[in-house]
Amino acid sequence: MASALIRLARAGLGAIALAALAAGVAEARGATIGMQLEPPVLDPTAGAAAAIDEIVYSNIFEGLVKFAEDGSIVPGLAESWEISDFGLVYTFKLRSGVKFHDGTDFDAEDVKFSLDRISAEGSQNAQKALYASILETAVIDPMTVRITLSQPTGAFLFYLAWGDAVIVAPESAATNAETPVGTGPFKFANWAKGDSVEIVRNDEYWGAKAKLDGAVFKFISDPNAAFAAVMAEDIDAFPGFPAPEILDQLAADPRFLVVVGSSEGETILSTNNKAGPLADVRVRAAIAHAIDRKALIDGAMYGYGAPIGTHFAPHHPDYVDLTLQSAYDPEFSKKLLAEAGYEGGLTLRLKLPPPSYARRGGEIVASQLRAVGIETEISNLEWAAWLEEVFKKKDYDLTIVSHTEPFDIGIYARPDYYFNYDSAEFQTTFAMLERTSDPAERSSLVKALERIIADDYVNGYLFQLARTSVQNASLKGLWKHSPTQANDLTKAYWE
Amino acid sequence: MLRYALRRLASLGLSLLLASAVIFAVVEVIPGDPASYMLGINASEDTLAAVRADLGLDRPVIERYALWLAGMAQGDFGDSYAYRTPVAGLVAERLAVSLPLTVYALVLSTLLAIPAGLLAASRRGRAADWGVMGVTQLGVATPNFWFAILLVVIFAINLRWVSAGGFPGWDKGFWLGVKALTLPAVALALPQASILARVMRSALLDTMDEDFVRTARAKGLSRGQALRRHAFRNALIPVLTILGLQFSFLIAGGIIIENVFFLPGLGRLVFQGIAQRDLILVESVTMLLVFAVIVVAFLVDLAYAWVDPRLRRR
Repeated sequence: MASALIRLARAGLGAIALAALAAGVAEARGATIGMQLEPPVLDPTAGAAAAIDEIVYSNIFEGLVKFAEDGSIVPGLAESWEISDFGLVYTFKLRSGVKFHDGTDFDAEDVKFSLDRISAEGSQNAQKALYASILETAVIDPMTVRITLSQPTGAFLFYLAWGDAVIVAPESAATNAETPVGTGPFKFANWAKGDSVEIVRNDEYWGAKAKLDGAVFKFISDPNAAFAAVMAEDIDAFPGFPAPEILDQLAADPRFLVVVGSSEGETILSTNNKAGPLADVRVRAAIAHAIDRKALIDGAMYGYGAPIGTHFAPHHPDYVDLTLQSAYDPEFSKKLLAEAGYEGGLTLRLKLPPPSYARRGGEIVASQLRAVGIETEISNLEWAAWLEEVFKKKDYDLTIVSHTEPFDIGIYARPDYYFNYDSAEFQTTFAMLERTSDPAERSSLVKALERIIADDYVNGYLFQLARTSVQNASLKGLWKHSPTQANDLTKAYWE
Repeated sequence: MLRYALRRLASLGLSLLLASAVIFAVVEVIPGDPASYMLGINASEDTLAAVRADLGLDRPVIERYALWLAGMAQGDFGDSYAYRTPVAGLVAERLAVSLPLTVYALVLSTLLAIPAGLLAASRRGRAADWGVMGVTQLGVATPNFWFAILLVVIFAINLRWVSAGGFPGWDKGFWLGVKALTLPAVALALPQASILARVMRSALLDTMDEDFVRTARAKGLSRGQALRRHAFRNALIPVLTILGLQFSFLIAGGIIIENVFFLPGLGRLVFQGIAQRDLILVESVTMLLVFAVIVVAFLVDLAYAWVDPRLRRR
């Protein structure tokens, strides 16, 4: 056995020297990015998988506007825009000289085509509902588009920045799933299914050209394998590194940089507001006060994450810190439960999806709840089963899940949403927000919304998911935060 | 020989049909909707309906089963729900990794096991026998993923001779492909070789007690000569059985090793398919695997008959 290994090793040496040479050349110019999941398709308008945007957003495809790293909206294919008629009409001035990767010109017709396609009959756009207020998209001239809305939609620009609203060309829309053709700074090159997607720099790009020659997105689902790949320097960066427990070890290694940024993922103990005892706000408040967020973040997330007291990202300027309203106070919890008539305790079903924040967090939450007299029956579900049982059929009492869409507080205005939360006050306030475009007014309305759901203890608000990335110490310009699920490589470079 | 082959062929067809019904039934009862998995939590009802119609999920179960069977009979395995491309193409891409890996592992394991088994049997009770038995005991007991991680730590992280995993694709060069598959093949081969060596040894020792070997010895052959000329061929039957089982196991069962080395193999495709509720993919791949297992078993049966002429007349 030993001699066989040595022979094997000798045989390997020659080939390896050759490979190292090739790898050395490639590394100096491109970058290899690790990702946990492989996208099923590469068309961001045809699926909800985060992995799609993690490859194509801003790299291959661009929208009229796009997210910057800090979450603000910056011009994309639209140079500028005007909003008139009380927020009903948006007029976009488009960039000229933009070409799709297949050489066709970009103009107003492409914009109309892309937006019409979202709301068309039989559309398979996962976020169709966001664009439901578009009444008409009109081509004024080749470089001007006018979008008319049926009702004011305060967050409309924000929605247009989503990957689901990128501009595609009629010539290539049907084949984007396999061979995406966009307008971005990188072009699609190859997809070795199950292994990697390769993109190369688009030298015809309208804006500042990318500094990297290209990039390879490599799919490594197993956390141990991800660690090995980082250690062996097979990959240059792993945004959203799946094993937080190893980050300290990687941070101590001078070859790597561990970057802790924030994400849009509010991790919450979602509560079925119509399930028996949970319909009582005192019981929900008791749960909120029974949870020690610090212990939860340390135990489940190895200290990465920020406690939250409402459904809103702490890095957002409109965030209101309401964590004190759900402060850890087990005695108060017991008192609330007694008031609600559950002195003898109660039993709830806690259904957990696969991510480690849910599985590890679930165990900790369960033990914290037990301390105040709430027993939980934990069941572990796969995503598909979770979507079916919890999300669709609402057959659950509690679950833990991270809501990763940016600015998604609007879900509380939907009484049929899986929280089963039906509040007239919230719904009217949210409707008001949708009609408001004045920034100051919007800000105060958003803050009011945050307070309403905290007062109603709709869900147990746990923590904001951190975005922990590992990268080669000399690879610069990657996003630290993730305002949307993307790996924007536009400004990445080697130092 | 022909009647023997025909009878085996008929039972093969029946097994396939039964397997298809079981697979379809089992996969269909798993809760979860492929469309809602694909579109996520914000999808509206009409979008979900559009996708379901597009995938043919709005049709009755029986109709879908019939369509699936009819398609397969013509060599069409349907389109993957998640990837939206033909299942056959996806499987072919993955087999380009899984099949060479399996063959590589089996060749390594056979090359290690047969000499080791022969050595142990011919030196029965002596140091070499004890050595082989000890090492193979260790090999059987070592979990292959642990061994795989050990290999990665030594050869990829410390020595930096190979990548920690991944597969560049055969189009990037034959030797690069072989290099990428070497550690996984070693990790897969070790436990298989251990089992095979032990089976080889005990089969050889069993046949050494048979009358015909005693006769051979009485004619004047040495123990070693009798072992190689007379016992070896007879001992091949259990070895072939194990090899056949190992081949079937490795082709999809390499999933753990595929995960450790993030190889785009068949095992991971099925695993992903189950998570994504890519029902048609799971059904078709499982069916293909059943087919492969049955065909391999059939070939092994034929090989028995080739090795042992007595079986042909049964």
